[in-house]
Amino acid sequence: MIPAPAFLSNPERFMAFSRWAAPMFGALAAGLGLAGLWLGFAAPEDYQQGDTVRIMFIHVPAAYMSMFVYACLAGASFLSLIFRHALADAAARAAAPLGAAFTFLALVTGSLWGRPMWGTWWEWDARMTSVLILFLLYVSYMALRASLDDETKAARAAAILALVGIVNLPVVKFSVDWWNSLHQGASVFRADGPAMPPIFLWPLGLMALAYTAAFGSLWLVGIRAEVWRRRAEAAALRAARS
Amino acid sequence: MSRALALLRRETALAWGRGGGPLVSVGFYAGVATLLPLAIGPEPARLVAVAPGAAWVALALAALLSLDRLFERDYEDGALDLLVMSPTPLEITCAIKCLGQWIATAAPLALAAPIAAIALGAEPRLAPLIFACALVGGLAFSFVGGIGAALSLGARRGGLLTAVIVLPLFVPPVIFGGGALDAMAGGLPWASGFLLLSAYAAGAMALGPIAMAAACRNALS
Repeated sequence: MIPAPAFLSNPERFMAFSRWAAPMFGALAAGLGLAGLWLGFAAPEDYQQGDTVRIMFIHVPAAYMSMFVYACLAGASFLSLIFRHALADAAARAAAPLGAAFTFLALVTGSLWGRPMWGTWWEWDARMTSVLILFLLYVSYMALRASLDDETKAARAAAILALVGIVNLPVVKFSVDWWNSLHQGASVFRADGPAMPPIFLWPLGLMALAYTAAFGSLWLVGIRAEVWRRRAEAAALRAARS
Repeated sequence: MSRALALLRRETALAWGRGGGPLVSVGFYAGVATLLPLAIGPEPARLVAVAPGAAWVALALAALLSLDRLFERDYEDGALDLLVMSPTPLEITCAIKCLGQWIATAAPLALAAPIAAIALGAEPRLAPLIFACALVGGLAFSFVGGIGAALSLGARRGGLLTAVIVLPLFVPPVIFGGGALDAMAGGLPWASGFLLLSAYAAGAMALGPIAMAAACRNALS
């Protein structure tokens, strides 16, 4: 049904694939990011926002990644919970700090953008609060993993928590529609097409792809590190026994 | 049915009797309500503005207090193993545990909440809504909190971990209830906030036991 996870569920195949894929995604991220930044700085000033509109090119992709990574984390948790697959659990474990970093970046850049535009660093508005909850969910996921000694138990408990936290994802996405929010509504993925001229849309799209590629690269590196850590632990146990 | 009733009686009795039960929760609640005017200043104008919200958030914190004993108690003395083996599905058992917790601690807190809010200067006409919000919100706190309590079984510093897990999930009910109270204090339509709070509680009651049962099985495996 899903060929990619099935193909990569073999650790040997995964290690062989990620060995090349991780640097390739990294190079892709660097290229796309450079192009996106170039176009972003070449774009004209916005008639309302002036130069600060360029914050959008680092803020919006980070916000999109904060949700995308949580979906990856929840998907990997689901697979590890149902199939008890070690690689899926390694993927979930590696995704959490990356997601927390993207969410933190989205919150910080949003705050820096809000100051000149809205005149406030922070407002307890639905979108911001729900993204803050998302950040806290990442933190509690990592805290739960860290405080249970038995690794398999910690993995399963954390996976349950990750699945419970999914309820927050639609709240983040639709918070701007459900509540009167200071944050603007969706302006890229809309039924009537993007409400943005192409000169801004292009760098935004490139940056979003660059962020995704960067996450892909870092995620693969994180999973590889996790696999190596487990192999090292197993080797140490074998060495201790003999 | 009689098995479920016996279990509910046991859970309520344990939550009521052992570890202070309602006394600790209500005492903590009264303490927070007393500290508040000392911290933000006793001017009535300022207190009136924050009284319903403060009473409400103190309620969420008081609900955290008794959570760490909810599953830990049975986990330590082995009763949880027996509950897992009983013919009652573990999901139902977990729901009953949370219900017993709610009867023993949230219901007394719901009685105390309007008194504390009025003492802080809230208008008495808000009292019925505060009572209703505390009752329904207590259900949400209890069932969502149970997830955190079950997940942190066997963890070091389990109580603190429960708070870290549960507080992000407490945010929506706190927002909905606080919004309803705020709207009623300002003479605006308050029903939507209360209905959202009720919906969250209903969702927690439906889905929480599944997560709790999975977490308990994992902790005992």
